[in-house]
Amino acid sequence: MTPTITATGALAHRLPDGDGDATTYDVTVIGAGVVGTAVARELARYRLRTALIDGSDDIGNGTSKANTAILHTGFDAVPGSLEARLVRDGQRRLAAYAAVTGIPVERVGALLVAWDEEQLAALPALAAKAERNDYHAARIIEAGELRAREPHLGPGALGALEIPDESIICPWTTPLAYATQAVRAGVHLHLNCRVRHIDSGQDVHTLTTTRGPLRTRYLINVAGLYADELDRQLGHDAFTVTPRRGQLIVFDKLARDLVDHILLPVPTAAGKGVLVAPTVFGNVLLGPTAEELDDKTATGSSADGLALLREKGRRILPGLLDEEVTAVYAGLRAATGHEDYRIRAYPDQRYVAVGGIRSTGLTASMAIAAYVTELLAGTGLDLGTPTELPPLVMPQLGEAFPRPYRRAELIAADPAYGTLVCHCERVSAGEIRDALTSTIPARSKDGLRRRTRAGGGRCQGFYCGAAVRALIEEARP
Amino acid sequence: MTRRERTVDVLVVGAGPAGLGAGAELAASGAGHVEILEREQTAGGIPRHCFHGGFGAGRIGGGAIGPVYARQCVAAAVRAGATLRTSVTVTGWAGPRTLDTTGPTGLERITARAVVLATGARERPRSARLVPGTRPPGVYTTGELQQAVHLFRQRIGTRAVVIGNEPVSHAAADTLRVAGLDVIALVTDQPPSPLPAAPVRARHRTPRLTHATVTGLTGRERLTGVSLRHRDGRTTTLPCDTVVFTGDWIPDHELARRGGATLDPGTRGPAYDASYRTLATGVFAVGNLLHGVESAGTAAAEGRAVAASVLRHLAADPWPTGRPALAVDAPLEWIAPNLVALDGSRPLHDRFTLRTGRRLLRPILVVGQDGHVLHRERLLLPAVPNRSFRLRGDWLDRVDPHGGTVRITVH
Ligand SMILES: Cc1cc2nc3c(=O)[nH]c(=O)nc-3n(C[C@H](O)[C@H](O)[C@H](O)COP(=O)(O)OP(=O)(O)OC[C@H]3O[C@@H](n4cnc5c(N)ncnc54)[C@H](O)[C@@H]3O)c2cc1C
Ligand SMILES: Cc1cc2nc3c(=O)[nH]c(=O)nc-3n(C[C@H](O)[C@H](O)[C@H](O)COP(=O)(O)OP(=O)(O)OC[C@H]3O[C@@H](n4cnc5c(N)ncnc54)[C@H](O)[C@@H]3O)c2cc1C
Repeated sequence: MTPTITATGALAHRLPDGDGDATTYDVTVIGAGVVGTAVARELARYRLRTALIDGSDDIGNGTSKANTAILHTGFDAVPGSLEARLVRDGQRRLAAYAAVTGIPVERVGALLVAWDEEQLAALPALAAKAERNDYHAARIIEAGELRAREPHLGPGALGALEIPDESIICPWTTPLAYATQAVRAGVHLHLNCRVRHIDSGQDVHTLTTTRGPLRTRYLINVAGLYADELDRQLGHDAFTVTPRRGQLIVFDKLARDLVDHILLPVPTAAGKGVLVAPTVFGNVLLGPTAEELDDKTATGSSADGLALLREKGRRILPGLLDEEVTAVYAGLRAATGHEDYRIRAYPDQRYVAVGGIRSTGLTASMAIAAYVTELLAGTGLDLGTPTELPPLVMPQLGEAFPRPYRRAELIAADPAYGTLVCHCERVSAGEIRDALTSTIPARSKDGLRRRTRAGGGRCQGFYCGAAVRALIEEARP
Repeated sequence: MTRRERTVDVLVVGAGPAGLGAGAELAASGAGHVEILEREQTAGGIPRHCFHGGFGAGRIGGGAIGPVYARQCVAAAVRAGATLRTSVTVTGWAGPRTLDTTGPTGLERITARAVVLATGARERPRSARLVPGTRPPGVYTTGELQQAVHLFRQRIGTRAVVIGNEPVSHAAADTLRVAGLDVIALVTDQPPSPLPAAPVRARHRTPRLTHATVTGLTGRERLTGVSLRHRDGRTTTLPCDTVVFTGDWIPDHELARRGGATLDPGTRGPAYDASYRTLATGVFAVGNLLHGVESAGTAAAEGRAVAASVLRHLAADPWPTGRPALAVDAPLEWIAPNLVALDGSRPLHDRFTLRTGRRLLRPILVVGQDGHVLHRERLLLPAVPNRSFRLRGDWLDRVDPHGGTVRITVH
């Protein structure tokens, strides 16, 4: 079956034809972030006519592209919350899925570093909380062991709580894998398709989108920062999303040797705080900030934010500040004022709202998808029996795994994998070609960067920017 | 993993003016099998996309345009008998003088008796300069801009702002004009230059905004403006759809560093002596890798000059240890070379190269070691940021080889 992916034109012409009501989907998922794509992938296992739609020109283009990329154990969640349960379940599901799909994951472990007596005194309670979250491997380590394991740590660290299973993951391959599997299994993906208005009739919802109307019997709202607005369109006043910005600095790969674990601060009332963590691309991350804003588009960085991060970073890992900065970015968490997700089914409306997927949505995505599918079944939709999706292997972006430029057999079979285009990230012409012709092809420089890493390295295009743009333009229909 | 293993006498990494100069001279002087590796599909380095004159004829006027100069450098190296291989990237080290490569013909592991690193320098991009704001398209460095306009003939935009006030900033402005853009301002945080603008620039009356700091970029689908803070605290936003961050060089030091060639804290290139020897045995470095950006002619001259040292090394000259470092005090930013050779070798043209972070009017430079003054020299012209100036090297024989760091200060 050829996947249906559209990004232009009126939707009406694209709807599945055949028997019955040709212009109505069974289920429509609004929002193709990491959660929406996970939901679509889960639904793809059933014989349903499913649509996944997003206002942007690519999947994963909202909050999902700009996070800290940690596969959490959930050791510090609010015990008993839905989030705690779904993070724990999601972590297991995604770790297993990543292993077969080729999503880079590195189990580097986390250290919650205590910098003063008060923080040191807080560690036992955190260890106990981890226990209540069904996480049993947490362990308090002394200053000496801490220093031996992280020799570049700044002076004054008194001890740490070790969480050996906290991992780092590729935030871009994850939703791309979900979406690819979903569309290959028949889910329709419509991009540049922003929902402006929802009319809920007796049996169908009519969505007014920027690409015309779309009709669907069931509706799942996974619209991230805008989930509250769509929820209100359906007559609810269940939650309000206030964006909480997190700015981050990505340091050069030459900084990678400075740190071996995810270095977490001891959490305070103000939130989880600023961490230093390796990335699966071989860089080092410093961030995020936590700023309450009211503008859902404010994904810019600020001078104050960057200054704050540098100040915190200097304390944690002084050597980091001498290294070159590769990138700066910011993401917006979908905070709702509640310490939990806001996921709820409205059976009479054939509708599930998935709101408030705050700062753990990447980890929990597969568990949220399973939970939402359960809720959907509870609203009366007969899902039928699930099938196994054909397995998928994603291009390998992780620095700790053999990437094409290091694979002799691959280059022998296709020399394009030995022709490097992006030198900093060592991305080959073969990988770029593949990303431009894959199931869900890259359409922009940013999209290509998230699929291959091309252009995302230390020179930010000084060497390869023009060549990469030329390849994208060549591939345009 | 199957890598083809080979040995050569000298392996040169990078086929810009410096690497090609080194390869040409080494091959011509009988160094044996000299191989130059270049990751781009075409050799020649940065001059390949500098479509303006001034290459290879001193600093002002004359000379060839960049691509012609690049071809001349390539031809000279090949004519001399060096093996030049393009589309081959050196990806790392497998031993002190053994390098791993990737190319369309496969993976290799090449061991050399001497390695010459000539990997060049690049401009710091917007992110490395920590310029806050949104991340819209329309943001360039000169390197990307020149390639986009001259090599790929891509459309750039309509109204541009250039950040920086170095020779390369003017090259960027010229390239933008060639591409049909209005260059609405050249922005620098430096004070106005009392030096007259170079005559070639005078025909373009681009407003120069001095004492202005870039505080952010705006725009989402496309850049919409560059925000500035002026010295008096005033803030403005220049509406534009293109901005080029120029200058602010950083040597491409990854390979050098990973090979154990410790960096000089000032230049951020590998520490090296007047014989171009780094702190890694058998590993030499030349060109812009050593020191932000100098002219292509300087890079090529350094490349040619390294040949004599490499030949001495191949003839079993021992690698020096315990070389005293040279270091500068603020407002000086760096000096190159920055290790004392100990074998009496002198820097190119018997001059050290220095940079300052702040304008200095006829400064006196004082060279000292362990409390002794080795040399004093008054500069005849002002020293200004982003332009190199020189210091004589004839005091080198007064350095105590067992002494501490040699410091250069300004009085
Ligand atoms: C700084 C930061 C750090 C984080 N760190 C981590 C971490 O380490 N680990 C972890 O597990 N999680 C982390 N998270 C959280 C994680 O990134 C989010 O929970 C997750 O990305 C949310 O995914 P989503 O699909 O719900 O939302 P999004 O990715 O925002 O997707 C929503 C989509 O809906 C679309 N949309 C919105 N409105 C409409 C409309 N009207 N019509 C059509 N489409 C619409 C948008 O275009 C968007 O693509 C972090 C988040 C931030 C901000
Ligand atoms: C915009 C601009 C304008 C300029 N204008 C002038 C001018 O008018 N006149 C003038 O004299 N000078 C000018 N210069 C300076 C001049 O270009 C440089 O001094 C000169 O190119 C430096 O030579 P190089 O060999 O050290 O480095 P480069 O020219 O940068 O060459 C380095 C080479 O090494 C290769 N390389 C790097 N890493 C690897 C690896 N791992 N494996 C394989 N190959 C690798 C690179 O691809 C590159 O080709 C200008 C520079 C710029 C950027």
